[in-house]
Amino acid sequence: MKICITAQGNTLDSQMELRFGRSPYFIIYDTETLEFEAIKNPNIEAANGVGIKSAQLMSDKNVQVLLTGKIGPKAADVLNTANIQVINSSAETVQEAITNYQA
Amino acid sequence: MIIAVASGKGGTGKTTISTNLALSLTDQVQLLDCDVEEPNAHLFIKPEILEKHTVTIPVPQIDRAICTLCGKCAKICAYNAIAIIAKQAMVFPELCHSCGACKYFCPAGAIKEVNHEVGFTELGSKNNIQFIHGQLNVGKAIAIPVIKAVKNHIDKTKTVIIDAPPGTTCPTIEAIKGSNFCLLVTEPTPFGLNDLILSVATLKKINIPYGVIINRSNLGDNSTEQYCNQEDIPILMRIKFDKKIAAAYSNGTPLINIYPEYRQHFGDLLKKIKTIVETP
Amino acid sequence: MKQLAIISGKGGTGKTVITSAFASIADNKVIVDCDVDAANLHLMLNPKILEHNIFKSGFTASIDRSKCTRCLKCLKNCRFNAITKNLTIDSIACEGCAFCYNLCPVGAITLEENIAGEWFISETKYGPFVHAKLGIAEENSGKLVSLIRKQAQTLAKEQNKNLIIIDGPPGIGCQVIATLANIDSALIVTEPTVSGLHDAKRVIELAKHFTIPIMMLINKYDLNLAMTKNIEQYCEQQNIILVGKIKFDTDIVNAVTNKKPIMNIANIKLKEQIQKIWHTTYNNL
Repeated sequence: MKICITAQGNTLDSQMELRFGRSPYFIIYDTETLEFEAIKNPNIEAANGVGIKSAQLMSDKNVQVLLTGKIGPKAADVLNTANIQVINSSAETVQEAITNYQA
Repeated sequence: MIIAVASGKGGTGKTTISTNLALSLTDQVQLLDCDVEEPNAHLFIKPEILEKHTVTIPVPQIDRAICTLCGKCAKICAYNAIAIIAKQAMVFPELCHSCGACKYFCPAGAIKEVNHEVGFTELGSKNNIQFIHGQLNVGKAIAIPVIKAVKNHIDKTKTVIIDAPPGTTCPTIEAIKGSNFCLLVTEPTPFGLNDLILSVATLKKINIPYGVIINRSNLGDNSTEQYCNQEDIPILMRIKFDKKIAAAYSNGTPLINIYPEYRQHFGDLLKKIKTIVETP
Repeated sequence: MKQLAIISGKGGTGKTVITSAFASIADNKVIVDCDVDAANLHLMLNPKILEHNIFKSGFTASIDRSKCTRCLKCLKNCRFNAITKNLTIDSIACEGCAFCYNLCPVGAITLEENIAGEWFISETKYGPFVHAKLGIAEENSGKLVSLIRKQAQTLAKEQNKNLIIIDGPPGIGCQVIATLANIDSALIVTEPTVSGLHDAKRVIELAKHFTIPIMMLINKYDLNLAMTKNIEQYCEQQNIILVGKIKFDTDIVNAVTNKKPIMNIANIKLKEQIQKIWHTTYNNL
């Protein structure tokens, strides 16, 4: 299963980012292969609709669970439609968020 | 003639000027409140509202039976208002600017435009004043369509007074553009002056003649007067602060009801504006 | 980290005066001016600019006359009347939708990113200060507000500040929505006037829409005691915390004229009152 964590950097040690749409990086972690992919957020400079674009990215990457801070109503709408579970995490780092989730 | 009343800073007295000017004139007047985020002029004019119209913008509606999920619309939308998710297209009307590109480019012809409500306008009257204002629905970010809807009612045979929203960005410019003259209302404080300088730059950019009204002219300092003198900007009126005026304002009572001599001052103001506009 | 925004709906009720007073009292904070359209807080805080950045936002179309075949497709389809009869772009009218760019059969139209303003990180006597200046006739100030708020949050984290005080813009539009996003509380500064209350109610509705907790402060309350009573009752009915009320005081005008926070200039009584208002506000954050 693929889970995505919003992050300030591109490693598992990176600080978690609490914004979704304008998160600097998305870390997509595969719970079966234990591999991860770090994606630099391509939507960060957009003026509007960043939450929607980022949610679209989650859908395109087949993410099933998203660990992040608060998300806006429009992003929530898209994630809901895409059947992606959103979990509000307050972990410090990406690794911690994954560990907490799997616990 | 169309006269806009504007200011960079909020709370300087735009509504006081526009409503009292309208109430002082004896000819046929139109008062348009274009501060659609926070309209206030009706609180002072107390017009009888005769008509109400909703303001809508065209937004895309995607027919799922025809849509091939090609994603072209989501790709070309500059505002990210469309997403293709899990085999369906989602539209976010709050982000749409109604440019029409998605409909035009949809290869399947699956997009039609439907009306999306963003606010309303109301038309009313009080004696010789035709009153029009608009209100943006709370939670909607884009005020321009509502301002346009208010301005659609302009009747150039009358003296048209526009109460503009504060600032120097798109809603303010939308309200002011097309006017023959702009009255900039300020107060003699560093805040007022800072924002007046921004307003002056805005009016130079859109090329509309302007003059200044200094409100609460007995408070603050002399720097606004000095600035206007240096820049050769006409100061067309000064209104002193006193608690009687402030108290009247707080109740929605027009200035001219407290100090009837201001009726004459506002009449003179219009004459001064006419002279400036008609001088080539 | 807590974030407090000072807003009002109506302009000129005293947001910036209150923000600058809070800025001079509160400990360990970052200050932000989100009224990027008509910023004033810098006049009170006398900032020393450390960092100066360009803010880019949105696009404006431009037509390459040498490639243009005058097919007029762009002119016919532009809904913003941004393309003139001479096939030039009215940059104020252009909303950057890119319709013409996608439409042009010969690729004569390009999109250029707008320089829409500038933003600054500054140092003041009262702590770090993030502020901005939107260019004239520009749009999309919501994005600039989001950007400087993000900078403030980064600064606060780096320097271990536990509070961000935000001076908000007037109105209920995109700048205000961006100011309210994810804050802990909004303090609404109102005045006892029909318009002050009318506008405060609209901004309260907006805050509720985004489930932001609100508090209220009545400025110049003695200008209309009956109206003040009304506002007090309204707060009680709506369960809104009233953090205090302030009299019309020429010391406040003097503070603005002298470009100094009220706490540096006002009479003792007013100072104590504002100190108390700050503590009530902070304790309810």
